[in-house]
Amino acid sequence: MTVSRRNLFAYAFAGIAAFGLASGSASAKVEGDTIILGSAISLTGKYATNGIHAQNGYEFAVKKINDAGGVTVNGKSYKLKVTYYDDESTPARGAQLAERLINQDGVKYMLGPYSSGLTKAIAPVTEKYEIPMVEAEGASRSLFTQGYKYLFAVLSTSEQYLASSIELAAEVAKNQGKDPSEVKIAMAFENDPFSLDVRAGVVDDAKRFGMQIVIDDKLPRDLSDMTATLTKVKALKPDLLVVSGHSKGAATAGRQIQELKIETPMIAMTHCEAADVVGKYGAGATEGLLCPTQWAETLSYSDPLMGTAAEYDAEFKAAYPEYKTVPYQTAQATAAVMVWADAFERAQSFDPKDLRDALAATDMKTFYGGIKFSEAGNNIAKPMVLRQIQDGEYNVVAPSKWASSELRYPRQPQY
Amino acid sequence: MTSARKLDLRVYAGLILFGIITPILFPNYTSQVAVMWLMVLMAVTWDMTGGQMGYNSLGNVIFFGLGMYASAVVQISMFADVAEYTASFGAMYVEFTEVQYFTGLALGIVVGGIVATLFALLIGPFMLGLRGPYFAIGTLGLAVAVAELIAGWGYVGAGSGISMPVYPGVAGESTFVWYILMGVTALLAHLFVRWLYSTQFGLAMNAIRDDEDKAEAMGIRTTRYKVLTWAASAFFLGMGGAIFGNMSGFIEPLEVAFPTATFGIFMVAMALLGGKGTLWGPVLGAILFHIVKEATWTYLLGWQWVALGAIIIINIVYFQQGILGWAQDKWPAAFGLTVDRGPGDQPTGDTRPEAAE
Amino acid sequence: MFENLYLVYLAPLMGVDLILQGLFIGALFALIAYGLALVWGVMNVKNLAQGDMVILGGYISYQATLWGYHPMLAMPVAIILMFGLGWLIYALIIRRVVDRDMFTSLLATFGLSLLIQQVLNLIYGPEVKVAESGFGNFQLDTFIIIQNVRLYSLLIAGALAIAIVIFMKKSRMGQAIRATAQDARAARVLGINTDRVYAFTYALNASICGAAGVLVAMIWVIQPYYGIVYSIRAFIIVTAAGLGNLPGVILTGFGLGAWENVAGFMFGAEFAVAAVVIMLVLVLMYRLLQSYRVRQVVR
Repeated sequence: MTVSRRNLFAYAFAGIAAFGLASGSASAKVEGDTIILGSAISLTGKYATNGIHAQNGYEFAVKKINDAGGVTVNGKSYKLKVTYYDDESTPARGAQLAERLINQDGVKYMLGPYSSGLTKAIAPVTEKYEIPMVEAEGASRSLFTQGYKYLFAVLSTSEQYLASSIELAAEVAKNQGKDPSEVKIAMAFENDPFSLDVRAGVVDDAKRFGMQIVIDDKLPRDLSDMTATLTKVKALKPDLLVVSGHSKGAATAGRQIQELKIETPMIAMTHCEAADVVGKYGAGATEGLLCPTQWAETLSYSDPLMGTAAEYDAEFKAAYPEYKTVPYQTAQATAAVMVWADAFERAQSFDPKDLRDALAATDMKTFYGGIKFSEAGNNIAKPMVLRQIQDGEYNVVAPSKWASSELRYPRQPQY
Repeated sequence: MTSARKLDLRVYAGLILFGIITPILFPNYTSQVAVMWLMVLMAVTWDMTGGQMGYNSLGNVIFFGLGMYASAVVQISMFADVAEYTASFGAMYVEFTEVQYFTGLALGIVVGGIVATLFALLIGPFMLGLRGPYFAIGTLGLAVAVAELIAGWGYVGAGSGISMPVYPGVAGESTFVWYILMGVTALLAHLFVRWLYSTQFGLAMNAIRDDEDKAEAMGIRTTRYKVLTWAASAFFLGMGGAIFGNMSGFIEPLEVAFPTATFGIFMVAMALLGGKGTLWGPVLGAILFHIVKEATWTYLLGWQWVALGAIIIINIVYFQQGILGWAQDKWPAAFGLTVDRGPGDQPTGDTRPEAAE
Repeated sequence: MFENLYLVYLAPLMGVDLILQGLFIGALFALIAYGLALVWGVMNVKNLAQGDMVILGGYISYQATLWGYHPMLAMPVAIILMFGLGWLIYALIIRRVVDRDMFTSLLATFGLSLLIQQVLNLIYGPEVKVAESGFGNFQLDTFIIIQNVRLYSLLIAGALAIAIVIFMKKSRMGQAIRATAQDARAARVLGINTDRVYAFTYALNASICGAAGVLVAMIWVIQPYYGIVYSIRAFIIVTAAGLGNLPGVILTGFGLGAWENVAGFMFGAEFAVAAVVIMLVLVLMYRLLQSYRVRQVVR
C-alpha cells in the first residue's frame, strides 16, 4: 500500500505540472476570416489608467474598421481582433506575456503596451521572433537607437514632449528683452524610463539656449507629495517649472501647485488631460498650465475612415460616454490599429516579413496626423503640440503653425 | 534512510524527466516553465532561512536584484562604458559578438552570485541579530532601501533601467538557453540544500529554529550558522537573478530587480503553500503556485489578483502547515518517518510542521 | 545637497515651513500607526492591510463627493462602516490567525490587502481620485502657507487620539482590552470574553484607518494601490517606537513626517523613501546593539 502511494507521490509533481501547463494550444495568426493581433497592456497597476485609455483606443479602431467592411487581403475581407493580456504595469511580466502571445497564441502581429518601460521590455522579444510591432504608447528615444527592425511607433518621441515649452520660454524672454540664457528652469520628473527621457530632452534644449537648471528633482514612483520640491520652487523663483509623472504626477502637482500658491509664470506638465486636472481642481486653479500633447481634437487632420480629428473626438465620446475629453493616448492607439490595417491591404499578405516591409513604407494621413516612419521606426511626420489651459479649455498655443490661441503669459491662476 | 533516499531519487528523476520532456513536447511553454524553475529556486532558497532556521525574511529579493544588476554591469562593462550605455537619452547601441556575449554572460552569472553572497555576509551579522517580526520588517525595509538607492543611481541608469545585451543566436534558441540555465540552477540549489540539511550544519540550523537561546547555550555559534546559511541562499538567488535579468531583456530597479510586493511575497507564499521546513514542500508549493497563477492570469483576466488574494488567505487560514506538512502528519510512513521512534533518520530534520517563533 | 542647505540658511522660514508640513503629514502617520500598534499589541496581529483600509476610508469620502456631499461629512460614516467591516474581517479571517505565529498574520493580511485593492479597482477603476475639501489656506509668510485641511486633519487626528486614550482608560471595554493585552489567558480566567475583545480591537483599528483615510483623500490623492505606502510608514513607526507606547508612536509619527519632508528637500525627492527606510534599519540596529550590551552572545 505504502509503496504504491510512494510511487504515486513521486510522479505527482510531473503529472500536476504537465497537466496545468498543457491546457490550451497554439492557435494560428489568422483564424477563418479574423486576423488576430496581440497586445500585453496595463489593465491593473500604476499605468492602468492610461493602459485602459489605450485599450479603448484599440477597441474603437477595431470596431470602426470591422464595421467599414474589415481589411481586404487577396480579395477576401477579414475582420480584426485583439488578444489582450494584463501586464500589471511591470516590465518583467510584459516580456513574459509577449513570449506567450507569440509562442502559445501564435500571434504574428503585435500592438504595443502602455509606457516606455514596458515597450523597452517587449521590443527585444518581438525583435527576436521577427514579429512586427506597431506601438502607440512608448515614446522613449532610446527605443529607436537600438537598431530594432520590427518596431514602429506612431507617436512623437519623448524628447519632444516638453522641448517646445523651453522654446516658448526662450521666445517669451526675448520678447521681454531678456536673453534666453537668463531663464531659470525647475524640473521635477518621476524616476521612470518615460519621464527621465522627457527630462533628457529638456536638459538638451535648455543647454542649447544656455538656460540654468536650478532644480532637478526625481520624484519617487509611489509619489503622493511633492511639497519638498515645490518649497524649493518658491525659494528659487524659476521662470519655468516642468513636471512629468504620468497621471498621478499631474494630479499631485495640480493640487499642490494650487495649495502652495506657486507663482511661477510658466508651468508645463505632461498628462494634464489623462489626469483631468481641470475637472478635479477647477478652471481657476489650473489656468495657464501648459500641456504637451501628441494630438488634439482641434487640429485639422483627417482621414476617410475616422473623418476629422473633431469627428473622431465626437464619435469616440458617443461610443464611450464616460469620456469628457478624449486623451491623446486613445487617439494614438486608434492610429496604431489603422497603420496595421493599411499595411495588410498594401502587403496583400500575412507573412510577417512582407508586413514589416509594408509597415516600413507606411506614408499615410490620419485624423491623428501624418504617419511616416524613419529608418529607426519612429514617426517623423507629426509634430508635438503644446496646449494651454485657458478658462478651463485646452487651446493650442505652439507651434505657431497649429496655434489656435495666443499664449497667456504670465499665467494668472485664481487660487 | 533508504526509503527516504529512494523517494528523493524518484522525485528527482521525475522532475528531471519532466524538465527534459517539456521543451520537446511543448516547446511553446518553455519560457513559462523556465519562470517556474525560478519560482522553485526562490521558494527553496527562502526556505533555507525561513523554514529550516525560523528566520522569515521579507527581503530576499535584495539578492535577486543585486545579482541581476551585478551581472548586467559586468556584461556591459567588459565591452562598453556602463554610464554611456545606460544614459537615458540616445542610449548607445552595442553589438555584442557571440564570444563576447557568452563570456560576459558566464562571468555575469557567477559574479551575480558572488556579489549577492558578499552582501549577505556584510549585512547578515547585523540583520540576523534581529528576531521574529523585527527581522521580517527589517529585511523588508532594507529591500525597499536598496531598491530606492539603485533607482537613484545614475550610473546604472537610475529609474530608466538597463536594456540587456541582445542574445546573438537565432530566434527562439535563447529561450532554451534560459530554460536550461534556470532549471540547472534550481536543481543545483535543491541538491545543495538536500545535502546541507543532512549534515550537522543542518541540525544546527534546526536547533536555531527550535530554540535559539538553548542552541546558543549549547555552544552552537548561532550567528556564524545564520550568516552562512543566508549567504548560501543569497548565492543561488543571485545567480537566479542574473539569469532572469538576461531572460527579461530589460531590467529596472523597482519592478524587475527588487519587486518586494510580488516576488518578495510570492517566495514566502510558495514555501508556506507547499509546507515550510520540508525538503520538497517549497518545490511542490512553487509548482502549484505558478500553475494556479498562470491559469488565473489566463482565464480570470481582471480578477486574477482577487483570486490570488483569496488563495493566499485560504492557504494561510485553513492549510497552515502546507500540503506536505499536512501529508506528513497524515502518512508519516510515506516520508520515511517512524512515528514511535521519533524522527531519527530523515533528511528534513523535524516533523513539526510549524516552527516556533 | 549643500546648496539646498544653503537655501534654508538664506530663508530660515522655509525650513520652518518644511518641518511644519512634515508635522501635518506626521500627525496622520501617527494616527494610522496607533491603530496598528493597538492590534499588534493586543492581539499580536501584524496588519499588512492597514494602508489598504486607509485607502478604503478615502474612497468612502470620494463616494460622498460623488453624491454631492462634503467629504468631511463622510468621516462619521467611514468610522461606522469601517467598524462593521473590521468586525466582519475579524470573524472571517483574523480570528483564525490570532493564536498562530507572526508570519501567519502577516501573510493572511497581505492576502486581505490584495483583495481590498482589487475590489476597489473593480469598483472605482485605477484612476487617481481626490476629494476636494475646498477649505482654502492661509498665508503667514511667503514661505509659510498652511492648507486649512491639513490643520483640521491635525486637530481631528489629535481629538481622535485623545478620545481613544480616554476610552481605553475609562470604559469597561477599554479596560478589558488593556487587560487582554497584558495577559490574554489571565483575562480569560477572569471572565473576559477575549474573542469579543479581539473583534472590538480589530474593528476599532479599522475605524481609525477609515477616519485617517477620509483625511488622506482630502490632502493627497488616492488610488487602489496606494495602501502599501501607509502600511510601510505605520510599520516603521510602530517598530521604531515599540508597542504599547502611545507617546512614542505619536512622537515617531511626527518625526518621520518631518524627516521625510526634510530629507526629500535636502537629498532630492528621489531619496525621500530611501531616507525613511534607512532610518528604520538604523533604529533596528541601534536596538540590537542595546540588546547586545545586556546579552552575552556566542559568535
